Amino acid sequence: MRRRQFLVLSAASIGGVLVYSLDRRASRLFAQEKSTQTLKIPLRFFTEEEALIVAAAAARIFPNDDAGPGAKEAGVVIYIDRQLAGPYGRDRFRYTQGPFDENAPREFGYQGKATPGETYREGLKGLKGFDKLSPEEQDKKLQQIENTHFFATLRQNTIEGMFSDPVHGGNVDMLGWQLVGFPGPRMSNYDELTKHFGEAFRPKPISLEQAIGRKVRTTEDEGAGSTWSPPNTMDRKSS
Amino acid sequence: MKTLPSTDVLIIGSGWTGLLMAKELSGRTPLSITILERGRPRMAEYIDGMDELEFFVRMHMMQDPSTDAISLRYSASDRARPVRQFGAFLPGTGVGGTGEHWGAVYPRLMPDCFEMYSKTVERYGKQKLPEDHSIQDWGITYDELEPYYARSEREVGISGKAGNLNGKKIEGGNVFEGPRSSEYPMGPTQVPYFPTLFGAAAKSMGYHPFVNATAIPSVEYTNPDGITRPPCAFCGFCERTPCMIGAKAQPTSVYLPVVRQRKSVSLRTGITVRRIVHEKGPNGGRARGVTYFDESGEEIFQPADLVILATYTLGNNHLLFLSGIGSPYDPSSGKGTLGKNLTHQLQFGVNVFMDKPLNRFMGAGGTGIRMADFDADVFDHSNVSFIRGGVIGATMTGTQPISAFGELPRSMKLPRWGSAWKKASMEWYDRVANIGFGGEHIPYVGNFFDLDTTYKNPAGDPLLRMTINWRENERKMVEFMNAKMVELGHAVGAKEVNPFPGYGNYDVTRYQSTHLQGGTIMAATPDRGVVNLHQQHWDISNLFVIGASTFPNSGAANPTPTILALTYRTADTIVDSYLKKPGMLA
Repeated sequence: MRRRQFLVLSAASIGGVLVYSLDRRASRLFAQEKSTQTLKIPLRFFTEEEALIVAAAAARIFPNDDAGPGAKEAGVVIYIDRQLAGPYGRDRFRYTQGPFDENAPREFGYQGKATPGETYREGLKGLKGFDKLSPEEQDKKLQQIENTHFFATLRQNTIEGMFSDPVHGGNVDMLGWQLVGFPGPRMSNYDELTKHFGEAFRPKPISLEQAIGRKVRTTEDEGAGSTWSPPNTMDRKSS
Repeated sequence: MKTLPSTDVLIIGSGWTGLLMAKELSGRTPLSITILERGRPRMAEYIDGMDELEFFVRMHMMQDPSTDAISLRYSASDRARPVRQFGAFLPGTGVGGTGEHWGAVYPRLMPDCFEMYSKTVERYGKQKLPEDHSIQDWGITYDELEPYYARSEREVGISGKAGNLNGKKIEGGNVFEGPRSSEYPMGPTQVPYFPTLFGAAAKSMGYHPFVNATAIPSVEYTNPDGITRPPCAFCGFCERTPCMIGAKAQPTSVYLPVVRQRKSVSLRTGITVRRIVHEKGPNGGRARGVTYFDESGEEIFQPADLVILATYTLGNNHLLFLSGIGSPYDPSSGKGTLGKNLTHQLQFGVNVFMDKPLNRFMGAGGTGIRMADFDADVFDHSNVSFIRGGVIGATMTGTQPISAFGELPRSMKLPRWGSAWKKASMEWYDRVANIGFGGEHIPYVGNFFDLDTTYKNPAGDPLLRMTINWRENERKMVEFMNAKMVELGHAVGAKEVNPFPGYGNYDVTRYQSTHLQGGTIMAATPDRGVVNLHQQHWDISNLFVIGASTFPNSGAANPTPTILALTYRTADTIVDSYLKKPGMLA
């Protein structure tokens, strides 16, 4: 077993994060409460060095700027770390039998062998020291790799971390949703559908846990007790 | 191998067709019925479906390619590659099947779609038919199917407005549709902002827009089986997810509640059927049952008197191939029937950039406006270089941010990441709409199913292989419709319209539609199809194959209404004729 790695961040730099303790209970730290402290976040997949690089790269893909917060504030690296440690990172959802064909036409999708976890591990080797570069140098470096499968995966995962439900570890405080006016899982728009023609209707966002009033478990928590294991038979005769 | 006690009827698959067949047979006969389902019952998870990542991106409801992949190639001389992740089409798994995450659009096929060959030849002559086509009439007509369409609309619960009641054209409905014997059981749904603009623009251009017929209730609805569903709440989590409140019609909300009450039916889940066991006989062969893997991986023989193959198009084809039932189609000689006439309904859209916000997080499957002025053979094709057509429309099905962020006017020519991209994407996020097209795909000699020769599933069985690519008819049709849709986009008031880039080669990664059809097609004679006009297998009289795999060609219309109409008809035939005198139906 590898030594447990932590990502150490200045709490002031981040809107708030879901922190997972060793027993995988989530608790939330808010920047304002802990503003003088650093946050020590246990990592499930990345080493600390890797996590700092991913956080820096995601922040260039989706930067904090005068239009609003970005990947760093939304905790995107935490989201990606959890995804890669879970079934997605191990390619649970892909057909992974060979022969493989890295040079298949674009229309056939990714035909290589690497899992998302392996793609990151390999891709990050080429970005050593990335987090120490200036933003301009970082952009230049990313431009050099922007046509790679690794970058496409990182870009897609960054967008996911910005806009997925906060239960997955990113989109902290629904920062991403607020940027685009997405209200999250609103149970009903029945009375609103044909109102507000031509004007913005922006209900306050709520998360899935807030909407349904209970803790939601996700597939990346597979192994820590699966969400998706209802009784596997409805056969009256077998019971 | 363990052998279980025999069942009278064995149904493979618990989607729309399997549950409907179970409902009809259990309601009208005392037979014991066993349904085998590959996935799990998952209704308890539906409330968690308002999660874009899990359901839209990781595709929680879909068939798992790690165990059930297919392979694909463009022609018989190409090498096939596995579809490692589904993209162009999204078959479902679990109780209810693909019907749990469908978009609920509920149009009937155009009448001439059933007679595509003879109607095209009659109007334009044989020389108008594309090279290498394999179009053949279905053998049944719209008029024969009409009562079953009407029955399905009452039971599934459809909202809409008729455009042709017993031959009388009604403005506001689809005036190009076939004659209907009855009005929809519910009035049309509310229409959101952008589709409203689209409808007005289409009308101003002389077209005939109508509110989509859809399987979401516009009011509380109780069907003839006594099943009540609430009106749709337009939460915006609809396609790719199940309904959280049981409004959208799904096999588990329409048929399962009835089937569950029937003591004669048992539903077994986590079952992977491996073969349909059969023997040759004097009057055609006979199915003896199936072998399957249960969840522990043990292989079991389940005997049965009557077998109904009711999975998605891919599973229906795959199981017949693996079981060695029927004669595989050979495109070079045209002989054989199993696998032929693979079609995939065309779908594409143009992005329309508006100056006002659209609130597009609200909506539901099929909520919006369509026009059929370019459908089927509604317009004269004498001066265009393709046959047939499709429908153009604008719907608001609910938009989620992971999938939608970053749609930008093509004139901006920005990089795909960084500050400028982020700002532009935020600015346009709620001002992009889509005008969509759904079109007919005609069958070709060279588009077919067979078994892969390289790739296998975890049980060691070969994957099903699709051989498919677009041809000139599709490319020309798409080019024609694209231009009409760009015109409509400007008429709606767009600041800019991104045209569709066009059909190059078949793209496994671009979502097209989950409307794959054919492979086990119906025909009036055994040399032309796998099943007869009652969807009974031509070689094995106690095997019925139901679903879109029996369609000889694709319509522009979404297939579910026709799938269900055919299933109601086959259920009637089984009860009224087959069970009284088992054997090949006349």
